[in-house]
Amino acid sequence: MTDWPILSIVTFLPAVGAAFIFLIRGDDAIVARNARNVALWTTLITFAVSILLWTGFDTSTADFQFVEKKTWIADGIDYHMGIDGISMLFIMLTTFLMPICILASWQSVNTRVKEYMIAFLLLETMMVGVFSALDLVVFYLFFEGGLIPMFLIIGVWGGERRVYASFKFFLYTLLGSVLMLLAILAMYMQAGTTDIPTLMTTKFDADLQNWLWLAFFASFAVKVPMWPVHTWLPDAHVEAPTAGSVILAGVLLKMGGYGLLRFSIPMFPEATENFTYLVYAISVVAVIYTSLVALMQEDMKKLIAYSSVAHMGFVTIGMFTFTPQGIEGAIFIMLSHGLVSAALFLIVGVVYDQLHTREIARYGGLVHNMPNYAAVFLLFTLANVGLPGTSGFVGEFLVLVGIFQVNNWVAFLATTGLVLSAAYALWLYRRVIFGTLTKADLKDMVDLNKREVAIFAPLVILVLLFGVYPAPVLDVMHESVANLIHNHEVAMQAARDVATVAK
Amino acid sequence: MIKLYTALVFLPLLGAVIAGLFGRVLGDRGSQAVTLIGITTSALLSLYVFFDVTGNNNPVVIELFTWMESDSFEVSWALRIDQLTAVMLMVVTVVSAVVHWYSVGYMSHDKAIPRFMAYLSLFTFAMLMLVTADNFMQMFFGWEGVGLCSYLLIGFWYDRPSANAAAIKAFLVNRVGDFGFALGIMAIFFTFNSVEFDVVFAAAPDVAGKTFVFLGQEWDILTTITMLLFVGAMGKSAQLGLHTWLPDAMEGPTPVSALIHAATMVTAGVFMLARCSPIFEFAPFTLEVVTIIGATTAFVAATIGLVQNDIKRVIAYSTMSQLGYMFFAIGVSAYPAAIFHLMTHAFFKALLFLGAGSVIHAMSDEQDMRKMGGIYKLIPGTYLMMWIGSLALAGVPLFAGYYSKDMIIEVAFASNSGVGMYAFTMGILAALMTAFYSWRLIFMTFHGPARADEKVMAHVHESPKVMMLPLLVLAFGAIFAGWFWFDDMVGDGRAAFWGQSIFIQPANQIFENAHHVSAWVKYSPTALGAFGILLAWWFYIKNPGIPKTIATAHREVHSFLLNKWYFDELYDLIFVRPAKRIGYFLWKIGDGKIIDGFGPDGISRLVLNITRRAQALQTGYVYHYAFAMMLGVAGFVSWFVFGLGG
Repeated sequence: MTDWPILSIVTFLPAVGAAFIFLIRGDDAIVARNARNVALWTTLITFAVSILLWTGFDTSTADFQFVEKKTWIADGIDYHMGIDGISMLFIMLTTFLMPICILASWQSVNTRVKEYMIAFLLLETMMVGVFSALDLVVFYLFFEGGLIPMFLIIGVWGGERRVYASFKFFLYTLLGSVLMLLAILAMYMQAGTTDIPTLMTTKFDADLQNWLWLAFFASFAVKVPMWPVHTWLPDAHVEAPTAGSVILAGVLLKMGGYGLLRFSIPMFPEATENFTYLVYAISVVAVIYTSLVALMQEDMKKLIAYSSVAHMGFVTIGMFTFTPQGIEGAIFIMLSHGLVSAALFLIVGVVYDQLHTREIARYGGLVHNMPNYAAVFLLFTLANVGLPGTSGFVGEFLVLVGIFQVNNWVAFLATTGLVLSAAYALWLYRRVIFGTLTKADLKDMVDLNKREVAIFAPLVILVLLFGVYPAPVLDVMHESVANLIHNHEVAMQAARDVATVAK
Repeated sequence: MIKLYTALVFLPLLGAVIAGLFGRVLGDRGSQAVTLIGITTSALLSLYVFFDVTGNNNPVVIELFTWMESDSFEVSWALRIDQLTAVMLMVVTVVSAVVHWYSVGYMSHDKAIPRFMAYLSLFTFAMLMLVTADNFMQMFFGWEGVGLCSYLLIGFWYDRPSANAAAIKAFLVNRVGDFGFALGIMAIFFTFNSVEFDVVFAAAPDVAGKTFVFLGQEWDILTTITMLLFVGAMGKSAQLGLHTWLPDAMEGPTPVSALIHAATMVTAGVFMLARCSPIFEFAPFTLEVVTIIGATTAFVAATIGLVQNDIKRVIAYSTMSQLGYMFFAIGVSAYPAAIFHLMTHAFFKALLFLGAGSVIHAMSDEQDMRKMGGIYKLIPGTYLMMWIGSLALAGVPLFAGYYSKDMIIEVAFASNSGVGMYAFTMGILAALMTAFYSWRLIFMTFHGPARADEKVMAHVHESPKVMMLPLLVLAFGAIFAGWFWFDDMVGDGRAAFWGQSIFIQPANQIFENAHHVSAWVKYSPTALGAFGILLAWWFYIKNPGIPKTIATAHREVHSFLLNKWYFDELYDLIFVRPAKRIGYFLWKIGDGKIIDGFGPDGISRLVLNITRRAQALQTGYVYHYAFAMMLGVAGFVSWFVFGLGG
């Protein structure tokens, strides 16, 4: 079993599924039905195979596992795949969310179903590839490749202002990517390889580190997104179809955080240290600024999008604490937010499918005819607020515990997010769910159907389970995070030693 | 035994989950049955545990399983059952059981009975997690959990905009408190490298007097930690400044007010401080602050209670005032006295609330006392209960409040400090007002001419047995709890009773001193209480015109009190509205005009301009553009690569 290239299978299985769908011919209705079925089965099987990664994972080591390495383009540029305790979790998140996305698009997407499903499956390949790549070129291809299907999903199946939103999305992310490409080239020139594990132990010149760090940061900060390069996100979310939002919030945003953890922090330790305060500053701004902006939103999706930016502020703070709690908390938030924000966008999708509006003021009193919906919405609202007992709490609190040890000003300011998030989330909930049911068209709305229950049930279970018993997730990352911190400290000590000698 | 403790805590959760998930299948009766079985069993077990733990000095800690673990940050789910917890367990489960039973009658016309019962049981579970916590994180879990249930129950009637507003307000104000609590936990972990009670408490003496830098200033560590924790306690226990949610919380059904907003949840802050006595004892400055805030709250709330017309709001302000007493007792290191009062208060205040609920039930959901009156003969049972509750609240001798409240006033005096004297003064003034507004309530509600319309009056009826019998349990507590536990909790038996669960500096002889204060200190609360009752009688029975005359003569004072010292207006002005305005500004100007304006939108405008000028170069063939792009990219990359390589 271990001889099987499981990682490559998980990565490319969706692409194979996409190829199948591509070959489907016939009249539209049949094509659509088959495309849906093939997509669902492909994602389910991919998820099933990815469970092998989880069960076969050795949590006692920080080394890369399931490694595959084949010579590829040139000397030093290989097809190199492998996962550690950080990336494995993101792969699981991706493969877990994909069947949900396909199910969520079951009825709401009726035009060009075939192409839609192909785009989604290709997107899955790209996302899994990003998290399993151990070569910068491979990583870059997947990272950029993921842009195209997402661009199409927003631009073709999106709302009214989809073209504006998709271009904004593309421009922002492309701008960052170009800089990252330059940085990758520079690193190759220096080290003669794009092999990630090798680069992690390569020491770059301190000045160069700063430039490389900034170049990578430009790309990742847009993806996270960090203030002030976040404005593409609300637009992209608003225009994207429901499943597009789910994947965008659930997985694509995490590529930014993952990138910072995989590249910026381990490869450029001194630069990371130099820019720590910059990251703190814009993260704190993100938490407070976007929470306040979220408070005033009139569009449900925009509100959730802004709340995502605020949560990602916690993530970036946590990573740059270089404490076990901070980094583990940051990873945990990303995973939890992957579930919670995905669920919240699905929740908006449920009512959008029926009423075709996301305007908060159009709703009110839904609890009367949609009690199950109200209950599910409440649970995820609370998880978004970070109530203890939900997965949202664990990560946030770990981050706060971590940052307090390093800088209590940042901890103090970030903790205001506790109050602000409660304000916008509960206010949204109240305006949509509570009150009397007066509007005529709302009275015709129906509660969750079986398909929707099937979509939400796994999310509900995981959010509660990881809120009470997060150990299965935290255990996976302990060794890798400890290793990351250890290497960082060693590098910083070395840098200090050099500095002392130079004196 | 382990099974017994676990069952005690988790039975209410089980009831809540069953009633919540399958309420529609089980129906109203079924849901009531499940939750009632759960909570009643839990209450009986608690009584057993209470006598076992306090009688035999038999505290235990049961580890359940790991909650979260990240390096040295290790947190477990655990049940810590010592004397302090045992008292809380008894109070919480008994009052909760009573309220559950009462709700069967009170909510019988409601259309969402399963949901109500599920919420009540869920609340009880969260409260039990809070009091059995063995570390600060689990306490925080219970803390926020009760906050959630409070939110859900205040907003139980979600059709009412006022209920929804009150629910959100309660959650948010509590979150402000939790902001302090959370920072406190972080500071604790930073200082002690643990959040376990035992570890932290054992290490506290070593940290006393040491300082650290917090928010750019040098502070005493334990003072900072305790102040932060106290902010959390202020939110939950509605102390002055973070109290504005409590009166509004009366929007919830009356059983909720009795259980959550009188007997249990609001006392969580008091419990927290008592639990953390091993830290607070080394933070004298914080204790002084606690005394001042508590005493001021006791006074201010009582003044507002004097003029309110909503029967539930009067009791709510009275609750706030009594919580103030508990806090200043803690401030002078008399933790056992605070918990003693917490217990007696739970009985008589729940009794008052449920009695008021019975009145409201009888008056066809009328809560305004100005529209009541003349009904004491129609509902004598309720009338009697309200008398018992009021006698206990006012501290009339032999009733429960007499033992506990007088004890608090005496320890404040005996503490022999400036803040102690302040608390003593505020305490006896508040005692006078307490007696006054309690009998004002009784007289306005039950006596005088009937002010309700005939239809309502014709409908006035005594509540069913399922509501009245639970009241008897509380009445029993309101009469006997003080007398029965006085010796054990605050008298000579207190060392044996509390064991190691509460720590007081050995040099502190506050209780000895309190038992030997001069006679006038001992008798003044009683005398003032009697005077307050007489005054109420004079105002509302003998000369019913006087209150109006006074109100018109001192209109400013009256409206200042009626408007609750204008706290709500003030907060709206300095927090709520600016937050919205800033949010709107950041959205439209920050994101829209500045970031997008100079960012993507600006660039695309610029590009469009350039393209227009470059139109001359347009050929219209795609491959021309592609070729130009390729050239550009190739040139750029080669320049970069060779430039850097060479």
